[in-house]
Amino acid sequence: MKINVVFTLIFTLALTHSFGQVKKSTKGTFALTNATIETVTKGTISGTLIISEGKITALGSNVTIPSGANVIDCKGMFIYPGMIDGGTELGIVEVSSISLTDDSDELGELTPHMEAISAFNTSATAVSVTRVDGITTTLVVPQGGLFPGTASLVNLVGYTPDQIYAGFKGVVLNFPGAGRRGFWDRRTDEELKKEEEKALKQLNDVWTEALYYVQVTDAAAKDPSIKVASNPEMARIAEVIRGKMTLLIETNKASDIEAAIKWAQDKKVAKVVLTGVAEGWRVADKIAKSGFPVITGPIIALPTRESDNYDKAYANPGIMSKAGVKVAIRTNDQENVRNLPFHAGFAAAYGMSKEDALKSVTIVPAEIFGVADKLGSLEVGKLASIMVTTGDPLEPKTQIKYLFIDGWIVPLDSRHIQLYEEFLNRSPGLKK
Amino acid sequence: MFKILNIFNLLFLVSFAQAQVTKGSLLIKNGTILTVTKGNMENADLLVENGKITKMGKGLVAPAGTQTIDATGKFIMPGIIDAHSHIGIDVVNEASRPSTADVWVGDALDPLDLSIYRALAGGVTASHAMHGSANAVGGECETIKHRYGTLNPEEMRMEGAPRTIKFALGENPMRVHGEGNRIVPATRMGVEQIFRKGFEDAKAYMAAWDLYEKEKVKNPAALKPVYNKRHETMAEILKGNIIIHCHSYRSDEILMLLNVCKDYQIKRLVFQHTNEGFKVAPELAAYGAMASVFADWWAYKFEVYYSTAYNAAILTKNGVVTSINSDSEEYIRHLYHEAAKTQRYGSLSDEEALALITINPAKQLGIDQRVGSLEIGKDADIAIFDGHPLSIYAVPQFTIVDGVVRFNRSKDTADQRLRASATRAETGFFLHKEQHNHDRCLEGAFENTATFFGLERE
Repeated sequence: MKINVVFTLIFTLALTHSFGQVKKSTKGTFALTNATIETVTKGTISGTLIISEGKITALGSNVTIPSGANVIDCKGMFIYPGMIDGGTELGIVEVSSISLTDDSDELGELTPHMEAISAFNTSATAVSVTRVDGITTTLVVPQGGLFPGTASLVNLVGYTPDQIYAGFKGVVLNFPGAGRRGFWDRRTDEELKKEEEKALKQLNDVWTEALYYVQVTDAAAKDPSIKVASNPEMARIAEVIRGKMTLLIETNKASDIEAAIKWAQDKKVAKVVLTGVAEGWRVADKIAKSGFPVITGPIIALPTRESDNYDKAYANPGIMSKAGVKVAIRTNDQENVRNLPFHAGFAAAYGMSKEDALKSVTIVPAEIFGVADKLGSLEVGKLASIMVTTGDPLEPKTQIKYLFIDGWIVPLDSRHIQLYEEFLNRSPGLKK
Repeated sequence: MFKILNIFNLLFLVSFAQAQVTKGSLLIKNGTILTVTKGNMENADLLVENGKITKMGKGLVAPAGTQTIDATGKFIMPGIIDAHSHIGIDVVNEASRPSTADVWVGDALDPLDLSIYRALAGGVTASHAMHGSANAVGGECETIKHRYGTLNPEEMRMEGAPRTIKFALGENPMRVHGEGNRIVPATRMGVEQIFRKGFEDAKAYMAAWDLYEKEKVKNPAALKPVYNKRHETMAEILKGNIIIHCHSYRSDEILMLLNVCKDYQIKRLVFQHTNEGFKVAPELAAYGAMASVFADWWAYKFEVYYSTAYNAAILTKNGVVTSINSDSEEYIRHLYHEAAKTQRYGSLSDEEALALITINPAKQLGIDQRVGSLEIGKDADIAIFDGHPLSIYAVPQFTIVDGVVRFNRSKDTADQRLRASATRAETGFFLHKEQHNHDRCLEGAFENTATFFGLERE
């Protein structure tokens, strides 16, 4: 009898080990009932939200539940749109100190054709670690050099570039900066000025070449006798010049921000987004006047100068927002993109309205990336990228109970959670 | 004349050795007091006299002329304590040997470090200024109080705090000495032997001195052993007079040091970082070893790849005295938020979460009789927030050290530097891309500082 019990136990353990333990994302029709629905764009609604065919098909207090729907009772819970991080290296850097796991930075100053999405590891441990905290969509940004590459917006569910692509790409320009980088930087003022001029000249030379490339390829389109050699670098910048692609201009120091705005206006770049913008608060009116939207962050950061108030990095989004700048928030992180809601929370604690802080990680980035028809708020027809929470998602205490990304219900599982489950009450414990 | 000069010098030395600590008196009115150790008090007052908490309760009255803070709608908590930091010192690593037990961070205090003010602005009143992690045995550390404004390094020291020493395991000493200098340790095996040899040498050194003391009685001409500060310090650890604070990540190396300490009967042991402490929480709890951890740092190098943000919660629930530290001039400014993350990752109670940044780090530094909770008789190190400190929307308003208001948000002005540059009109623009790039644990471990700052997150 005893042997039988033991045998059955072993057999059961073996079975559960072989089958049914791996949690997978699935799709279907869902009714999230009795919830407080924070739409972000259309106020707060008490009621039901229906997900079907991957989209939000109905929401409101008087909604018919389709037959066969999986009903999830959300009594006492809140539904928010999934959060969007407007700038990360998630998926292209696994362990940053081990260079061969870092795909963020290709050699060379002029590599605009490098595709971040090609190097995005959909199975990176940090992907599930990030999404279980309600971050459903991220911009993957290549780093280093003048034109480091092309950033892509991705949804954090799926296994191929096609499955994760969320509908936006942008060419990154690290706008030439001036100034000392820290106390160890011993360059003289003259040296700094020379280097700044040299870098700006390099940028302008590239731009002139790209303009020429546009002219030549335009002519070639009309005249088949004109042959144009393959030039993927210029071809990519040409898409920006033609207004087909957005230019993401990374710039942080106040004088550099002003220079970048002037440069983009002089060149008549059609689609411009300013990124970083750490000292935006110094020139907020000028940014507002330019009409360029901003993706700023990290917010939980030191001020850029010792002589600034201690809280300037926290206050930066609020100051820009009040000046009339359209502000999205990013973490600019790799493995801790999950802290996005806390960056927005600090922005709110130090001057941004709570409403704008939530928008800065939902509808505003969706608008900046031109995907507001699909993401960023809870509206009928949008993709079901949704988190069901126990409260305000910007509060650390809040738990996320259900997660949908791009219509898929995603298991709330990650290595961090697995380790918690394994080690909270370790077995064997102290004695084996 | 010579005599007068000498007396003058002596007086000068004495005044430095016993720096007068500035202490204040004040009355904090009508707030929610979070004592951490003895529950909460609503609409309560707290009286501070000459740097100590003397009364807590309703309707307290202070002597005429006492400074009063209206804390209506505000939360009053013990000043936050950071058990792992490198602020307030102008050098971090003496990276010249695998063991430098002879050096002391207390010789390099920098009261002008602006990071102290910024830490105050996050409610932090004391920190553990640590040696770095370049060596298996680093140097002695210093527990400092954030008395920003003083120009006297002596006034920074928390008078009476126990001695502590930095040890380090894993990648950092292996890289600096094994990879960098081609000397032991290049592996975690080698790191273990640095400690064992250090303690064996210390035992032999103590025995030599004991022998000398006995011989001296019979033979006044007996030869003195050669004085060796490194062995002296290691001997003080064996005698229980110095608390070990050990930089560590992997569970195997944590158990290794635990076994070394068992062999030498060393009881006072705190693991720092302890990213895989959650795996050996029962062993840590059984030994009485404590753990000071990050809230959520992971994956920036291989030895932290198998970490979990639930570390602090697992350790706490297994009975390990746990704290959350910063190791960063940026993170030190929001330890209250780092503690709050344990509510997302492991659902700790408010009291458990607050203990991680108050009474628990105080225990780890051996100063819990003085600070770490709001109790009658304790030092008046206090932080006042406009909301519950574990809420993302809470902003520190006042930070008080020994009854002196050292940070007042309403009086914060742009330039808080005590030392402004005479030669540069504009201060440097310094973008901290990712704050934990600037983990100062290895600062100074490589000769070229610029090269060091170019490295990713070391």
